[in-house]
Amino acid sequence: MDYEVKLEIFEGPLDLLLHLIHKNEVDIFDIPISTITDQYLEYLDLMKALEMSIAGDFLVMASTLIHIKSKMLLPGQMDGDEEEDPRLEIARPLLEYMQLKGVAKELSEREILGRDVFTRGETASLREYPDMEPQPDVSLFQLMDAFRRVIALGEGPQNLTVVLDKWSVKDKIESIITLLKERPDVFFEEIFTGAHGISEMVVTFLALLELVHVGLIRVFQPSQESRIRITASFDEGDSSGYGEADGTAT
Amino acid sequence: MKAIHPVTGRRMEQPLKLIIESLLFTSGKPILLRDIQRCLPDRELSEIMETLSTLRQEYEAMNRSFALKEVAEGYQIRTKPDYAPYVLRMTKRSSARLSSAAMETLAIIAYKQPVIRHEIEQFRGVDTGGILRTLMEKNLIRIMGRKHLPGRPLIYGTTRKFLEVFDLNNLESLPKLKEIKEFGIGEAQATQTHENGIPGESTVLEEEINTEPRTTEPPS
Repeated sequence: MDYEVKLEIFEGPLDLLLHLIHKNEVDIFDIPISTITDQYLEYLDLMKALEMSIAGDFLVMASTLIHIKSKMLLPGQMDGDEEEDPRLEIARPLLEYMQLKGVAKELSEREILGRDVFTRGETASLREYPDMEPQPDVSLFQLMDAFRRVIALGEGPQNLTVVLDKWSVKDKIESIITLLKERPDVFFEEIFTGAHGISEMVVTFLALLELVHVGLIRVFQPSQESRIRITASFDEGDSSGYGEADGTAT
Repeated sequence: MKAIHPVTGRRMEQPLKLIIESLLFTSGKPILLRDIQRCLPDRELSEIMETLSTLRQEYEAMNRSFALKEVAEGYQIRTKPDYAPYVLRMTKRSSARLSSAAMETLAIIAYKQPVIRHEIEQFRGVDTGGILRTLMEKNLIRIMGRKHLPGRPLIYGTTRKFLEVFDLNNLESLPKLKEIKEFGIGEAQATQTHENGIPGESTVLEEEINTEPRTTEPPS
């Protein structure tokens, strides 16, 4: 059967750009615009192939990048002193976003009421407080990188035509949960073992994203170099209906 | 100091320190200085503040599991983080949590407030409707009014509860936005974007801001 997943993407174009900037280890004020634009468009292609709904802002950013790239190519653009570097158009918001991400992290490391510290009588009303567990360091884009490596291991990564026929996301969700009931954590690559070709891998990957989205699993990477791992974040015996866990647990 | 019990009529005499401790002990919310003073009309504010400070030091010296903290411009006794695992075990809490996307959205609102959704989405670049709803449900943000723009968009800001949850005394005690240099980037142009370290100084022209305190506290 067809199990349609409308993936909500919580990471935006600025997140993707930051991911690319870190990955390429480049200076935010000296972005190699041509390389970054090409890579950015590759990600959009992959997201389309995975049938993720791509927010319009991703496309706006794509056109901004292409516009900057073309500006950079125009002769004489850069020698006028009063002309500012066209790349500042993206460098500025990126910097401000990085600052905000920095303080968001700082805030989540504070002594949070209901997670780290408690007041009298708190136990009854505890659940209204957010449980701000440290989030996985793994972003959607890192996962996509890892997925690209996996499909490169199997068949050729070229023609990524997705036919969701034999495999349903629902089944794959169940098999991932089963795997995690047997062992406390598994490597990212392991959930793809035994997959018969790319379409099954894609469905498995979508199942993984869905589980991350509803908060049933956590994806983490102990250090920058190590492999991505997956662990269950559902309670023992509470994993039957995965739909219940959707964010609004009361 | 002397007081008469309103029901039993018994005359009592207790040291100020312990009176204030009893108020802290029974209050579920951070208790404001003026609330303490209302209970002790014949005492000076400075005297009450001194006593609070003494209490804090005493708890610290006794090495208790709790501490007297200043949050949301009030005073509250809170357990120390070391005891969180045990308290949590008792409460068998669910695994609902704020995602990093929600934390970022909350940070944008905290630092840029009063702010409309479009401004938030300029950073996040994705639809924040669901996240805003979650933050509203958790009572961490509130609607401050509507802006005079086409569509009359809602203006968002943080709540008192936000201060309580994040152990902040007020918005001025939010962590400062880091200088660009600390990210290890750029030198020449690094001074351009980090002017607004102080929340509430955003340049948007906000109108119709409802500054009334939030009335829809969750039922406790």
